Amino acid sequence: MAGMKAGDAAQARPFALSWQARALWIVGLIYAVYAASQLGFSWSRFEAGMELGARFLSRLFPPSIERLDVLWKGIAESLEIAVLASTLGILLSLPISLLGARNLMPAWATWPSRAIVALCRALHPVIVAIIFVKAVGFGALAGVLALTVASIGFIGKLFTEAIEEISLKQVEAVRASGASFANVIIFAVMPQVFARFVGFATYQLDSNLRNSTMVGIVGAGGIGGTLFSAFQRFDYDFVCTILITIIAIIMLGEVLARMVRAILLDNVSLGELLRGRPGRRERGPTGDDA
Amino acid sequence: MNASTLPSYPRHWQRYTAGQRLLRFALYLLFIAAIVQSARTIDVIPEFLYDAPQQMGDLLNRMWPIDWGSFRGTVSSALLETLHMATLGTMLAIVLAVPVGLLAATNLTRNRGLNLLARFILVSSRSINSLVWALLFIAIFGPGAVAGTMAIAFRSIGFVGKLLGEAIEEAQPGPIEALTATGASTASIIQYGYWPQIRPAFWSIVLLRWDINVRESAVLGLVGAGGIGMALNSAMDLFQWDRVALILVLIFAVVILAEIIITRSRRSLL
Repeated sequence: MAGMKAGDAAQARPFALSWQARALWIVGLIYAVYAASQLGFSWSRFEAGMELGARFLSRLFPPSIERLDVLWKGIAESLEIAVLASTLGILLSLPISLLGARNLMPAWATWPSRAIVALCRALHPVIVAIIFVKAVGFGALAGVLALTVASIGFIGKLFTEAIEEISLKQVEAVRASGASFANVIIFAVMPQVFARFVGFATYQLDSNLRNSTMVGIVGAGGIGGTLFSAFQRFDYDFVCTILITIIAIIMLGEVLARMVRAILLDNVSLGELLRGRPGRRERGPTGDDA
Repeated sequence: MNASTLPSYPRHWQRYTAGQRLLRFALYLLFIAAIVQSARTIDVIPEFLYDAPQQMGDLLNRMWPIDWGSFRGTVSSALLETLHMATLGTMLAIVLAVPVGLLAATNLTRNRGLNLLARFILVSSRSINSLVWALLFIAIFGPGAVAGTMAIAFRSIGFVGKLLGEAIEEAQPGPIEALTATGASTASIIQYGYWPQIRPAFWSIVLLRWDINVRESAVLGLVGAGGIGMALNSAMDLFQWDRVALILVLIFAVVILAEIIITRSRRSLL
């Protein structure tokens, strides 16, 4: 009888939430209310904010096109920072991740390179930029160095993992033919991970492009400094121009990254590229800043 | 005799056609040109570079010994505020991102216009950096943790929505078709058809974003959006480098802690 009753109950709500799930929901809700009150969320503030927000939006438009030379100078510097930081980061993370792969290297080589990668990943690029601004002064160099550190952290970690996942059969085959260590790396390891490496590198270029617009806020060069000072001078129509330009450049960068992947990985021809067939869709690694 | 009837193959095997090689070559040339151009025009003051080791040494000298004494009071409450900002911001982001993610998935929402609108929202959310979002919200809500929380939420919409949309697009169509055949409503299809399939992906996206948000919320205070970054900024403005060192160590510890938490909960949730 009891069994039938339980069966009836189950039939009434066949997919009812378990009590653990319900408890989790309630705890989450209570936490949200508590945290909101701690942080000073309130309805009156929200209302005031809506009003201020409307005024703010009306001051954003129309975008100002008066100081395009200042805008261009900042954007150019941001692009330079992104290109140089990506180049340095990619070049440095290659040997570091080869050294960090546990299936190729002895332990005394892997742990220092893993420590370097972990250290590079631990701090936010802006904080690293602050330290470099102190070390090498205000300007683009601090931005380049900060983003290089971030690139080593990101590419280094993912590339090490990619190398550790390779098939060792090809390595053994090349080794058996009497190849030197360098040849084993070039002909047995790199072909297996090249595709993923290009994926990480283009993703990091994209990510550096985004971040290079931000390190300027702490004085490390690029458009960020211009943007921050425009905010502080309540120059909101110029802010709007800068934001639109940044979004346009980032979208352009995404198209460019897709084209690089299509050319290097899918071997498309010029005709296919022009007809807008960017090859198979590839998802970027979901890392720090997707 | 026989040789002439066989189709003729080129004697040398080539991996790429001439067009493909030309494209690759053009791409490499473009890279090199960009690097050279950037290296030539970037502003670097060599004098600053030469005394960098000295400056670094000076910095470390001022940072040591770390000022553990100032942890109680402002620094510890700022640290707590940072964690609240990250967590509440992530929760808010989930609430806002789920509808956008549902609209962005082409197999669920069969309307090209809505798809494009959702894509546009996701791309603009991701293109604007969280620090810039913070500046925008400071202009609206004034300086403080509210602006920081909103900045984190709006920056996360793009990330959570994009990955959620992709997870939905990868769902198996079988259960969806079966549910549709029974005449289930869209809400039921989402709840019983899609949700069980995307649940692991959903939780891993949320955990990953929470981890990122803990890192980001630590720097939002540099522009005045609350949290430990504000304590960092004021310590730097006052040249209290021993206090800066304490805050950097705390941020480092919190980041490591967050990583341990997400690894643990990923194991138990998935």
